[in-house]
Formats: sequence, C-alpha cells, structure tokens
Amino acid sequence: MAWISFLAALIPLDGLGHYLHWGVIDISVANFIVILLMIATFVAALLLPFPGRSRRKESK
Amino acid sequence: MSTDIDHQWTTRLRRKVAGKLPPEKLLPDTQPSYVSSWIYVFGVTTMSALAVVIGTGFLLSLRGPQWWHESSVGHFVNSLHLWSVEIFFFAMVVHLWGKFFMGAWRGGRTATWMTGVVTFLASIATAFTGYASQSNFDSQWITTQAKDGINSTGAGAFFNVLNLGQMLMWHIVLLPLAAVILTALHVLLVRIKGVVPPYADKAGEAL
Repeated sequence: MAWISFLAALIPLDGLGHYLHWGVIDISVANFIVILLMIATFVAALLLPFPGRSRRKESK
Repeated sequence: MSTDIDHQWTTRLRRKVAGKLPPEKLLPDTQPSYVSSWIYVFGVTTMSALAVVIGTGFLLSLRGPQWWHESSVGHFVNSLHLWSVEIFFFAMVVHLWGKFFMGAWRGGRTATWMTGVVTFLASIATAFTGYASQSNFDSQWITTQAKDGINSTGAGAFFNVLNLGQMLMWHIVLLPLAAVILTALHVLLVRIKGVVPPYADKAGEAL
C-alpha cells in the first residue's frame, strides 16, 4: 500500500486546483493534461502500426 | 400480382428493412483493408465505455445516494461510473477528430455524421445532469453556478438545475435513453453506408 501513499503525495487531489492563464483562456491543469493526452493518443493512433495489417496486405 | 399481404405495413416494413440492411451488412464478416488502423478503434471504444456507464448506472440506481456516498463498494461503483464517463468522452473526442479529418460525411453519410453530432450533444447534457445529481457540495456548486447561465437563455423556466429530482430523472431516464437510441441509430447508419473510404491520393487512387 506504500505505492498508493506515494501516488497520493505525487498528485495532491484534496487541495485547490491549479489553473493556467493565457490571455482570455483559463484552463485547469487537469483539463489541459487530458487535452494533451487526447492529442498524443490521436497522433499515436495514426502512426502506430496496426496488428495484422501487413498480413492482410499480403493476402490481398 | 400483389396480394393483401403485400400491402400490410408489417410486410412493407420488413421488406424495406431487409433491403436496406441485410444480415450480412448488419454483421459483416470482413471490413475494407483501410480499416486496419488504430484510428478506427475509437468508435467501438466509446460504445464499450457507454456499456460500462449504463451498467454501473443501473447498480447506482439500485442502491441509491447513501450507498454511493458512504459504503466502500458504493464508492468503487461510483468511481467506475465516473471513470467510464471520462473514457467515453476521451474516446469520443479522438473518434470525432479522426472522422473530421477523414471527412466522414462524404458519400451520402450526412445522416451518420449528424447523428454523431447530436449524440455528442446529448452526452454532454447527460454528463452535466449527472454532475448535478451527485447530491454533494460539488453538485451544489455546479448547479448554483449553472442556473444563472441557463436562466439567461430562458430555458430555466422548464429546466431547473436546482431541482434535484428533475435533474436526476433527466440523468437516469430521458437523456440516457436519447443517447442509447442515437448511438444505435448512428451504428446502424454506419452499417448501411459502410465506413467512409480515405481521401484519394494525388494519383487519384484511394489510399
């Protein structure tokens, strides 16, 4: 269970939220991280090879 | 020569449905080769997350707010409900980006695209009424903030976010029903029209 305490210390969830400000844009760090993860997932989905794709091409 | 049976609405409906969506189209054995990409998995990921959302929602309905606030199992199911919603929206947004850049409305697929758009909007409303139905300080804060925005549109007269009973009914009956029906319609349209092919490359050949 020590790793749970370690994670909890690393990501404090019971404090005030952190916000980023760029001009008129205000966004919480949590939401910003989720958007970055979605972009990373989108790019990875385009670039990573799909299992069995080459096999299908050969059989065509 | 047509008989009376041919004119029955059941016969006409069955023929129409069977013509538009024969079984081999509804549950196909193969998919076009261009579907072999990770970008095509996010629609079904969204639906899988929706299944978990609905399942955990049933469990939460069975036991009620005291259970999900006070017991450890209730907390766990409540968390599953929340995190499956997070995955649902995450996958749906990546699915939306993928379909936007593919121009997924091409080839007579406008209805498929539009049912996706409306499902997205219905899902946002479902999630919002869920946050409003938590029955804790969080939902109290969200609803007291949201009421001014909604009242400024005039919709507050019949959609009162401070009415917990109304928000809960919208969240567990009306909006999930709309989201599930729209999702089913969206999937049926994908089956009828097929997955949109990629744009042609410079040589004029589809990738």
